[in-house]
Amino acid sequence: MLTAGIDIGAKTIKIVIVEDGTIKARNKTLAGYQVKESLEKAWADLEAKSGIRPETIEKIVATGAGRKEAAKAAEDLTDVSAAAKGALALDSSVRTVIDVGAEASRAIRIGPAGRVLDFAINEKCAAGTGAFIEAMARAIEVTIEELGALSLRSTQSMAMNAQCAVFAESELVTLVHSKTPKPDMARAIHDAIADRIVSMVRRVGSEPNVMLVGGVALNIGFVTSLKRELEARVIVPEGPEYVGAFGAALVAAGN
Amino acid sequence: MPEAYWRWTESRWTNPDLRWMDGGIVTAGVDVGSVSSQAVILVDNEIFAYANTRTGSDSPNSAINVMNWALEDTDGLTLEKIQYSVGTGYGRVNVPFAQRAITEIACHALGANFMYGPTIRTVLDMGGQDCKAIHCDEKGKVTNFLMNDKCAAGTGRGMEVFADLLGVSINEVGELSLQVDEEPPPVSSTCVVFAKSEASGLLREGWPREKVLAAYSSAMAHRVVSLLERIGMEEDFGITGGIAKNKGVVQRLESRLGVQALEPRYDTQIAGALGAALFAKSLIEKGKK
Amino acid sequence: MIANYGYKDGSGEFFITIDTDQCDGCGACAEACPADCFEVGEDPIDPLRDEPVAFVSEAVRKKIKYACGACKPVTDRPPLPCVQACPRGVISHSW
Repeated sequence: MLTAGIDIGAKTIKIVIVEDGTIKARNKTLAGYQVKESLEKAWADLEAKSGIRPETIEKIVATGAGRKEAAKAAEDLTDVSAAAKGALALDSSVRTVIDVGAEASRAIRIGPAGRVLDFAINEKCAAGTGAFIEAMARAIEVTIEELGALSLRSTQSMAMNAQCAVFAESELVTLVHSKTPKPDMARAIHDAIADRIVSMVRRVGSEPNVMLVGGVALNIGFVTSLKRELEARVIVPEGPEYVGAFGAALVAAGN
Repeated sequence: MPEAYWRWTESRWTNPDLRWMDGGIVTAGVDVGSVSSQAVILVDNEIFAYANTRTGSDSPNSAINVMNWALEDTDGLTLEKIQYSVGTGYGRVNVPFAQRAITEIACHALGANFMYGPTIRTVLDMGGQDCKAIHCDEKGKVTNFLMNDKCAAGTGRGMEVFADLLGVSINEVGELSLQVDEEPPPVSSTCVVFAKSEASGLLREGWPREKVLAAYSSAMAHRVVSLLERIGMEEDFGITGGIAKNKGVVQRLESRLGVQALEPRYDTQIAGALGAALFAKSLIEKGKK
Repeated sequence: MIANYGYKDGSGEFFITIDTDQCDGCGACAEACPADCFEVGEDPIDPLRDEPVAFVSEAVRKKIKYACGACKPVTDRPPLPCVQACPRGVISHSW
């Protein structure tokens, strides 16, 4: 039996097709401004890539900020539940899930059977989300893809004064003018958001093992800052941005 | 070259009816903000001259620059002849010639008390990178305050982001936002980053600029009202700072509050520097140095 | 004077309020806080006050939501150490 999970995030739409608890195919597209159109394109791309036709999928569950827009979905699931489900399925030793996406971040503590024990959400303020990193990359004129590796070449840490993405952008532009080394600024960017994320994690209590999911986990600079700030081992699965959709697909299968 | 939509008009003024050499106490206040800087020269109890400039990237020299501009066209008045100067604002430590630095909150309250009269009880200051809600007594002394300088929403910078997005000069955003037949719902995010994203989507859907501006101004007014509610609204109510010049935000604010703000008779951006100059005067009078 | 230190951003309102008329600068709050959120010294807002007063440290004022995080777990929140330590009930939190 094939099931699928759709995660309609603020920036990207992820679709994961699952059979017998394993991922058969997956796809990621930009959400853009017209979510319905992007969704159709996402399904078409996935079919072209995997040969699997949407009609052959038994049940679809949607998650993410835009989950109500998924016409094909039979039901929807909160991001917290989806991330918890997906993370635990990938590694049954996980007890704390940190999910950092484009416009929201979450800290979730789960029990051994996957029950959500506690969670905290950072949303509606760009400073604790991937949007912060995007804005800062623009400010120092580096692509998101380059930012992570750049930060690893930093030789000293520096604290950012501003706590808002808009003000931080101005602060960085000033530092660029005064020739502050870009690797140091890149590191400061990741340290700043890691600091916020870790404070949020401490509110639910960080219990090992900790897994980081969501698109921002692809940024090695952020992962490094997070591990340093949390002072704990952090598991980053392959394809971290697909974990929510994976969890939704598992729920669709009745797992 | 891309147009700098955030560039608002700088200004200076000398009081044509005063002669500084005939006066007793001459003091100055300088307010260095991250976006704008002002200098006010007081002769006894009247404003003698002032200047209002963009701080720009030269923050350390901003105090000297704005002070020099205020001193232009003042019939020979020089910095040396000013008896006491007080610095304030975000960069108040950057006023090298000031004898003392005083917090912008206290200065805004005192400045508003002068500008609006002793009946003023609630002051809303919306500056370049902060938003303050202040209660003061009839002498302009602070009795309750909060300052939001962490978040860009409700600040001039937030409005600049939108001016830039829409390609509208910051001097015109207020008027333009009022050119809608029907008030649209406010943008759902108060976060400037997310609101900007939302606005881009609205523009794509065909919303004209005025409508987007109206929606954002509405959201900004809503944000600010909640800050005022935290300290309570007590009349008379007055607005200082740059956004006081944005009719679109002011009108929406007044409508949500159900209160009319007092009509300003002076440039609302000089309130901080004015309060600083007034503090300078009271410090001389108390014999403190 | 009622001093509200903190901010409002997209995610909520986070203010620590200090009633400076009732504060005598004893410093119990500064000692009790595990995150060094408080300082006692010259009033940063009232230029005419001579006695020391408690205020929220500039280092944490703009990230107070995060600084206070340790004392504000999502569930089973215990009484706040700063509020409990103050003998005159000067401090309150908005969240």
